[in-house]
Amino acid sequence: MAIRSFFLFILFFSSSISPVFSLYEDQVGLMDWHQQYIGKVKQAVFSSQRAGRKRVVVSTEENVIASLDLRHGEIFWRHLLGADDVIDGIDIGLGKYVITLSSGGSILRSWNLPDGQMVWESSLQGPKHSKSFLLVPTNLKFDKDNLLVVFSNGRLHAISCIDGEVLWKKDFEAESFEVQQVILPPGSDLIHVVGFAALSQFEMYQINAKNGELLKHESASFSSGFSGQVSLVSTETVVALDSTGSILLTISFQDGKISSQQTPISNLVEDSLGPAVIIPSSVSGIFAIKTDAVTIFIRVIGKGNLEVVEKTTHEIAVSDALSISEDQQAFALIQHASSEIHLTVKLAHDWDGNLLKESVKMDRQRGLVHKVFINNYIRTDRSYGFRVLIVMEDHSLLLLQQGEIVWSREDGLASIIDVTTSELPVERDGVSVAKVEHNLFEWLKGHMLKLKGTLMLASPEDMAAIQSMRLKSSEKSKMTRDHNGFRKLLIVLTRAGKLFALHTGDGRIVWSYLLRSLHKSEACQSPIGLNLYQWQVPHHHAMDENPSVLVVSRCGPSSDTSGVLSFVDTYTGKELSSLSLDHAVVQVIPLPYTDSTEQRLHLLIDADKHAHLYPKTSGALSIFKREFSNIYWYSVEDQNGIIKGHALKCKCTGEVADEFCFDTRDLWSVVFPSESEKTIATVTRKLNEVVHTQAKVVADQDVMYKYISRNLLFVATVAPKGSGEIGSVTPEESWLVAYLIDTVTGRILHRVTHHGSQGPVHAVFSENWVVYHYFNLRAHRYEMSVIEIYDQSRADNKDVWKLVLGKHNLTSPISLFSRPEVITKSQSYFFTHSLKAIAVTSTAKGITSKQLLLGTIGDQVLALDKRFLDPRRTVNPTQLEKEEGIIPLTESLPIIPQSYVTHALRVEGLRGIITVPAKLESTTLVFAHGVDLFFTQLAPSRTYDSLTEDFSYALLLITIVALVAAIFVTWRLSERKELQEKWR
Amino acid sequence: MAAVTPLLLLLLLSSAPSFSSESRNAYNINGRVKIPQGLGLGTKGYALPGRMSNVKVLLNGGQNITFLRPDGYFSFHNIPAGTHLIEVSAIGYFFSPVRVDVSARNPGKVQAALTENRKGLSELVLEPLREEQYYEIREPFSIMSLLKSPMGLMVGFMLAVAFLMPKLVENMDPEEMRRAQEEMRSQGVPSLSSLLPGGAMN
Repeated sequence: MAIRSFFLFILFFSSSISPVFSLYEDQVGLMDWHQQYIGKVKQAVFSSQRAGRKRVVVSTEENVIASLDLRHGEIFWRHLLGADDVIDGIDIGLGKYVITLSSGGSILRSWNLPDGQMVWESSLQGPKHSKSFLLVPTNLKFDKDNLLVVFSNGRLHAISCIDGEVLWKKDFEAESFEVQQVILPPGSDLIHVVGFAALSQFEMYQINAKNGELLKHESASFSSGFSGQVSLVSTETVVALDSTGSILLTISFQDGKISSQQTPISNLVEDSLGPAVIIPSSVSGIFAIKTDAVTIFIRVIGKGNLEVVEKTTHEIAVSDALSISEDQQAFALIQHASSEIHLTVKLAHDWDGNLLKESVKMDRQRGLVHKVFINNYIRTDRSYGFRVLIVMEDHSLLLLQQGEIVWSREDGLASIIDVTTSELPVERDGVSVAKVEHNLFEWLKGHMLKLKGTLMLASPEDMAAIQSMRLKSSEKSKMTRDHNGFRKLLIVLTRAGKLFALHTGDGRIVWSYLLRSLHKSEACQSPIGLNLYQWQVPHHHAMDENPSVLVVSRCGPSSDTSGVLSFVDTYTGKELSSLSLDHAVVQVIPLPYTDSTEQRLHLLIDADKHAHLYPKTSGALSIFKREFSNIYWYSVEDQNGIIKGHALKCKCTGEVADEFCFDTRDLWSVVFPSESEKTIATVTRKLNEVVHTQAKVVADQDVMYKYISRNLLFVATVAPKGSGEIGSVTPEESWLVAYLIDTVTGRILHRVTHHGSQGPVHAVFSENWVVYHYFNLRAHRYEMSVIEIYDQSRADNKDVWKLVLGKHNLTSPISLFSRPEVITKSQSYFFTHSLKAIAVTSTAKGITSKQLLLGTIGDQVLALDKRFLDPRRTVNPTQLEKEEGIIPLTESLPIIPQSYVTHALRVEGLRGIITVPAKLESTTLVFAHGVDLFFTQLAPSRTYDSLTEDFSYALLLITIVALVAAIFVTWRLSERKELQEKWR
Repeated sequence: MAAVTPLLLLLLLSSAPSFSSESRNAYNINGRVKIPQGLGLGTKGYALPGRMSNVKVLLNGGQNITFLRPDGYFSFHNIPAGTHLIEVSAIGYFFSPVRVDVSARNPGKVQAALTENRKGLSELVLEPLREEQYYEIREPFSIMSLLKSPMGLMVGFMLAVAFLMPKLVENMDPEEMRRAQEEMRSQGVPSLSSLLPGGAMN
């Protein structure tokens, strides 16, 4: 379909200012897809409404509160709170309000359960930081109003459920008092607050729930101290562990008298187990302790007599208690057994009797069960049925009912760490193309419908048929490589340590794989995934190999813990191999070389500044040795404000001979004065970016040469005072400095200061320009600046005669060590919105003009032509400049609603935008991820090299038929005329 | 803009203080977002459900995020004194960011200004500057648009040539015409019928 001849012609047409990206409403979903997620569920509350659709309200680790349909798992409504607004607790009040406590217990909000509209918001202050509790008692009435009891920041509040008014509050100001539980005994107007003070003191306060009056305060001291959490076994008994983790303390405070009993764990279990921790649960009479290998369930009988009811070495998850009748509580227990999970529902007072026992087949790739939430319903025969909501290790959410998975949500995709792409398999003989266009008649009918649509002759049913036909076009979701390169696999790594492959056509999950190397193990305590790299991209001579990706992870949060590499096949989703490294991974440098099997060479820098080469093959080593002196890299030390350049020195001089380990040396360093500058952003060009031409023809037939170097680094620093939030600094004491640094020589090519400006800085580097976004405090608006850098040493090559006579310097080698003669041009503009992310479109050959993709604070992605950020813009461009496409200079950058690539959608919690070139030069693929995912195709200069989706083949056919008919008619006429001529 | 007149009216009517001090160095910012119901809604082909509940108010580029109450009021709690920026994110509307000065010296003093057009607000009531239309509107089919397209122009030109050229020929001098025809006949200019295979049979 590519019609190259139209190329220049259309390019010329597309240079008008009108928005290039624009969409008709009926085109939504043709090339784009949008998926909504919520993140790993922390807490779930089932709505007990009798009428209407069943809902479950959840809060997640992505700070989302959402109301889900219990039947299908769809989102009714959802709100994403701010990044610092971590949700501490949720509950449902009066059956129709969702109450959330967030921001360390300082913000209490109420939401309307049916539609998610916020009803009220209150801010709760307190004297000091503490644990926070949200309790919604059902029986505590106060003038027809239900009370909410909130303990936060060392203060107990009673709040009206209807309007959020604080009815009374009570401070717990004792310096060392640490609250552990807030208890509302049912059927009384009392609140019990229990906690520890001064490490070894147990304190109990009894408070009147009507007015906040302190009724009683008791304390008792325990010489052995406490450790960890306490578990509430009844409304008047708690269980705690002493500071050694080997003695259980059962403390009861019946009628305000504290009595206690100590039971060493070794009395309950014969073999010694080492220190234990209490797993908090709300099941009355039962609590659990966990040591390294064993989980033990203990029942409390009477006043402090303990009895072991079960000991298990399986991974186990317990739900909170669910009251099913006046005096009965049920809870769910999930145990793992190879490929199945066993769900049991028990009554709290009867451990041995099971209300329900089910086994459910579980996909291995979901890992362990992390959380269980139980809910009951009444079956038609009046008995109780139970359903459980489980949260898995990969952050997915599943609903189990009657031994089956009713629905599942892949909420791991809400927390993507890194993204890369992979090609699909090449079409082979086995896969038939003909199946798509199975019937010529059908095909023609479809196009006739389309034609009717364009001629506005279609009836509403026809329109619906057209729309569904376009949306399900099976072409776009095929599992083979296409000619235009639109179909690819997006490989994403999530925070849960799971890899997903998403099809770009419709966003479905092709495969998913929970990385085994990211499982907790002896050697690796808290593994975290870091990055994804393309490890093997077969083309040319290694066509039969499957492509694979490299997952780099490390064993702990600090950068000096040892690293782990895993290699995953992107066609099958199987782990090919994994390597536990004996060194740390501080930096990964993908080198632009591949070995004989198309494996990409990677250099890993460890904490001791040794460089390690991967893959560890002799072929790779010989390639590497050839390029040994051409490898440079840099490192940024944020704390000290130092940027250093490095190169390789020699083989490692350690005691163990390792061919693949190299010593490094420092080449240069740039030290920013710490009292006046603090680095806040560093950006380089994308490694795989293609630049079509170095020359840029400007208006008067003049040529400028872009300074194109892969080794340019953009650094932004701000005054240390101005590194905080907006509003914390005055314009006089804040400034922002932008640098362009050559990373091979450490030479600063350009430096510019923006006075009265501050971060955060979002920047993107492409070709010879960098665009950055920052805040201007003087104007109190956001600004975007562009710096373009041009090579002056080639400026004399314009003379044709020099080129003819060979007196040009085009063939002279370019070395970064020679001092480059560069000039820079820059310009600044106002921009309305805050940004969350910035990216630039990239195409296969780099011919197509570029667009900036701005992820705005409203979670939308705006496409802005690079021509709006051209330092050569002037207020009154000359005729020549206008012809070249220079837009008259305006104070601020335009926001054209039609150029939002996300149109009327939001990519909630937007974190990153990734652009990938398609094979078709005009088109680039855009993937935006946050809590939501969004994918679309963009053509920054319109699709000049292919026919659009709307192209009507039927119209073409009809035209041809009409032309042929016309030829025959004219032929007849011409024949008759000729005959008459001859008769004359 | 249609938004300006109701805005001014509202400013005169409402008099509740926008800022209230909570403790010594932390303040609350209270305000209201008003989305006029009639603002060109009739012309739009799409309506987004639950518009008010999906509006977010953001302070200082997302440092604090809050939501609207059913009546459109919002508040930020515990904000230090200084100059802040409030943005409103609502799908379908364009809001200007607002610069808000929270002054430590005289709490309760209102100072807010739209940053887009530098217009001062005496009360923190935020209204959209304009509606945002994310989709192109499909032009209804018309003969003119077909004629204006490159194809239409080409067809038009061809027709003009086909019908106007003979007219031009008619106006030629009859003698010259005859000479030209003679010439053509002698050279044997192929006619359309002779070009096509059927023509050879005659």
